Amino acid sequence: MYKGKLKQILLITDGYSNHGEDPLAVSSLAQEYGITVNVIGILDENVQSGDGLKEIEEIARAGGGISQVVYTKQLSQTVQMVTRKAMTQTIQGFVNKELKQILGDSNSIESLPPSKREEVYEVVEDIGETVGLEVIILVDTSASMKDKLETVKESLFDLQISLNSRTGENAYSLFIFPGKHDDVDKLLDWTPKLEKLNTIFPKLTMGGMTPTGPALREALNYFNEQNYNRGNNSDDEQSIEWAD
Amino acid sequence: MMNNQLNGQINLAPGTLITGKWNKNKYEIKSLLGNGANGTVYLASGKTGDVAIKLSKDSTNITNEVNVLKKITQVQDSILGPSFIDVDDYINPATNECCYYYVMEYVNGVSLPKFIERNGMEWSSIFIIQVLSLLDKLHHKGFIFGDLKTDNLLVTKEPNKIQWIDFGGVTQIGRAVKEFTEFFDRGYWGLGSRKAEISYDLFAVTMIFIHLHCKKQFLKNGLGINQIEQVIMQTQTLNPYKEFLMKGLKGEYVSASAMKQALLMYEQKINATKKKKSKKDQATTAQTMNQTRQSKKQNQTANQSTQSNKHSQSTNQPRNSTSQNQKPNQSTQTRAGNNVHVKQKKKRFHWFETSTILLLMGLAYALYFYYQL
Repeated sequence: MYKGKLKQILLITDGYSNHGEDPLAVSSLAQEYGITVNVIGILDENVQSGDGLKEIEEIARAGGGISQVVYTKQLSQTVQMVTRKAMTQTIQGFVNKELKQILGDSNSIESLPPSKREEVYEVVEDIGETVGLEVIILVDTSASMKDKLETVKESLFDLQISLNSRTGENAYSLFIFPGKHDDVDKLLDWTPKLEKLNTIFPKLTMGGMTPTGPALREALNYFNEQNYNRGNNSDDEQSIEWAD
Repeated sequence: MMNNQLNGQINLAPGTLITGKWNKNKYEIKSLLGNGANGTVYLASGKTGDVAIKLSKDSTNITNEVNVLKKITQVQDSILGPSFIDVDDYINPATNECCYYYVMEYVNGVSLPKFIERNGMEWSSIFIIQVLSLLDKLHHKGFIFGDLKTDNLLVTKEPNKIQWIDFGGVTQIGRAVKEFTEFFDRGYWGLGSRKAEISYDLFAVTMIFIHLHCKKQFLKNGLGINQIEQVIMQTQTLNPYKEFLMKGLKGEYVSASAMKQALLMYEQKINATKKKKSKKDQATTAQTMNQTRQSKKQNQTANQSTQSNKHSQSTNQPRNSTSQNQKPNQSTQTRAGNNVHVKQKKKRFHWFETSTILLLMGLAYALYFYYQL
């Protein structure tokens, strides 16, 4: 389990999807592939309630992840918290599965007495600290996100500070939707550092539809493509082992 | 059980009786103490008296905090925090919902900012020194506090001692900090990682010091350390501590005890300046007294003398205060110079003393020899 990698999609948006396939369906599919979908909804400071953002909760639930609706100024704190919490939750999910196999279906970490639970969580924490993590970040760049993009960048840098303080390795990839010509554009290929965002983000043109479903689909394909490539290309795998 | 959202508050009415699922201990809820991202804390009464109960719908945080509390309060000789009492599950009979909680000793105290507001700023350094002593012990056990902030510090009554609460951020050294608050987090200011290092806590201590003096938590403007430096410059009471604080921000202290020593040294220095200032003030008042006496002799009219007295005071005071405000650095320099002088004098005196003793002994020895011959 230590050698495995956790895979997450982090979706940052401020509204309903209005183009392409149903994001809930893609999100459910992602969970089947072992990919967690977390969603963060950004609320305008002058808006009182987030009724329009009910969709994000549903997407996260379908993707086995966590959702949170926040005001722009709380974004940094939330992005890193949601990501780390989702990691712990995924690991707990693995542990629960194992427990069910050993102890029977009705058992989970919570059904253990507190003293046993403490031991299990210690292991969960160890894994959370050392496990490799791959995150595909999906950023909504429709018109309404224009003045929030700077904060999004800040919060991603902040996420990087938190995750890169772990012992485990991290890789990030970043997509925006809608893209210039297509529904989705890839801005960053797998990288352990997000500094390039400083030069990429200011050049973005904002506007258009909100194709959340297609964006999730693209991220899912990207994860699977990578697996496929690694599976076939033995050179690649060797080089990774060698690097370790 | 997956929970899809971050934690919400757990509402329990005063008088609610909580019975643990495993240990069957009973606690009666008295009042709400606080609500944070990781749970809700209530004051309750148990078998042994008043206790604090932290409840959450998420067992992760509760269990992790129990792990930490058990580890750091294991050793009895040093009290590192409220002692751990019990951990259990509570099933709400009305909703059948499960809550996870742990019970710890109740710390009765006021928040640090409130205490300082009531009792004066001179307490701030004392409590910072106490925090550093606590931190030093914690660091020696291989942990950092992580979420160190003004809100997590209480001052207990008789004796007035600092006690920290909320162990959600305590992290093993070398790992990633679990929980933090932006203003006190060096990552937020772009001044370092969130790796659990001693310097991470010491940064937070520095920010607590700044927060206590400037009384607000400002947001970052992108200037990083320069912004904080500006605030230090603008806050009069922080001025004398500038170098001490900058070292903390840059992570230049190797340990909490080193930082404590540094603060003690600064306190001494600052007190010395105060004393010197008060001496100066005394001198000036003496001068004015003399002047008034002279004027009394010369004019022998009470009215005129008081006038001159007032006049001399009014001219002296502003000059004094401006020189003190504008050039604190210079005054410290000259004071340091004076110290060196005194030391040299002392040294010379010592040298003189020893040489005389040696000479006398030599003389006595010579006489003894002469006698023997």
